[in-house]
Amino acid sequence: MKDTSDENAPRKAWMSLLAKAPEGRIAALLHAAMDPPKFTWLRPPEIGSAMVRARAGGTGAPFNLGEVTVTRCALTLETGEIGHAYIQGRSKADAEAAALVDALMQGQSSETVRAAVLAPLEGEASAARATRAAKAAATKVDFFTMTRGED
Amino acid sequence: MEAEVLSGGFADPAIQSAHAFRSVMEAMARPGTLQHISGAEPPAPLSKAAGAVLLTLCDTETGVYLAGEADCDAVRAWLAFHTGAPLTGPSHCMFAVGTWDALNPLSAYPIGTSEYPDRSATLIVECAELAQSGATLTGPGIKTNVALSVPGIDAFQKNRTLFPLGLDFIFTCEGHLAALPRTTQVSAPIGATEVC
Repeated sequence: MKDTSDENAPRKAWMSLLAKAPEGRIAALLHAAMDPPKFTWLRPPEIGSAMVRARAGGTGAPFNLGEVTVTRCALTLETGEIGHAYIQGRSKADAEAAALVDALMQGQSSETVRAAVLAPLEGEASAARATRAAKAAATKVDFFTMTRGED
Repeated sequence: MEAEVLSGGFADPAIQSAHAFRSVMEAMARPGTLQHISGAEPPAPLSKAAGAVLLTLCDTETGVYLAGEADCDAVRAWLAFHTGAPLTGPSHCMFAVGTWDALNPLSAYPIGTSEYPDRSATLIVECAELAQSGATLTGPGIKTNVALSVPGIDAFQKNRTLFPLGLDFIFTCEGHLAALPRTTQVSAPIGATEVC
């Protein structure tokens, strides 16, 4: 199974993007692009925590890194699409917006939403990563030993 | 996954699950009384009462056994989405749901151990009708005696002899439930002359 392509990969990518978006950003982008569609709750937003596990160096034995606060919800649009959201933090409005985006991405207006919400989010996320990496790279110290010239 | 399968949970989980828990607790504390319970809209064939009990008591650490017709895709998906409870066989379950015929034989369920009598199953029995008539119940939580339309008498008398081990029962019918904990003694309907 691991060799076959994951048909859920695109959805995983946008769920990941929505989960880590800064507070209020998804709602701001969505409202700028369109009027949010009407929906009914399948699961109203609720706050909980999830254990984050990590591997030292990405290859070591897994250990529990710590808990992260998570807000989740599920909703259904009038057109029948179901949107889920699991986002970092405790903002219920963000969870609602993220679930709306997830639902809209499965419907007719997926291209509009991708251009208006996901593309800017992705750009901001990669810019933030690049800035952070550049700042870290600037502090890198290259150790070298000069020839002591004893001979 | 269809929206119908995922809808029907508690709309206001904190308040509604507290109310539902109160109903279950009252029913267990006063065996034989009928309690109203609401808030859940589970898929068929589960009753609203059984759905509310499951939403209230089940979580990711309680194994649930779906017996007979209750074991359908709609119920499995609904339970997974709203509670995350793992589905198990009868020998490892903490809760079992189904009709009386589907749940039998009762010997299949864990009755707890001497050290941990609480590690026993609670059976949620779906009844076509539930009324305060029929078999006579006496025991803790009952002032003199009450009547309840339990599906069988022998099985509950046998269960009583296992005390402090044994099974607990919740009878559900539409929006009502009644409970029969292992402490309650069940006997045949009493005649008018024996009424206290």
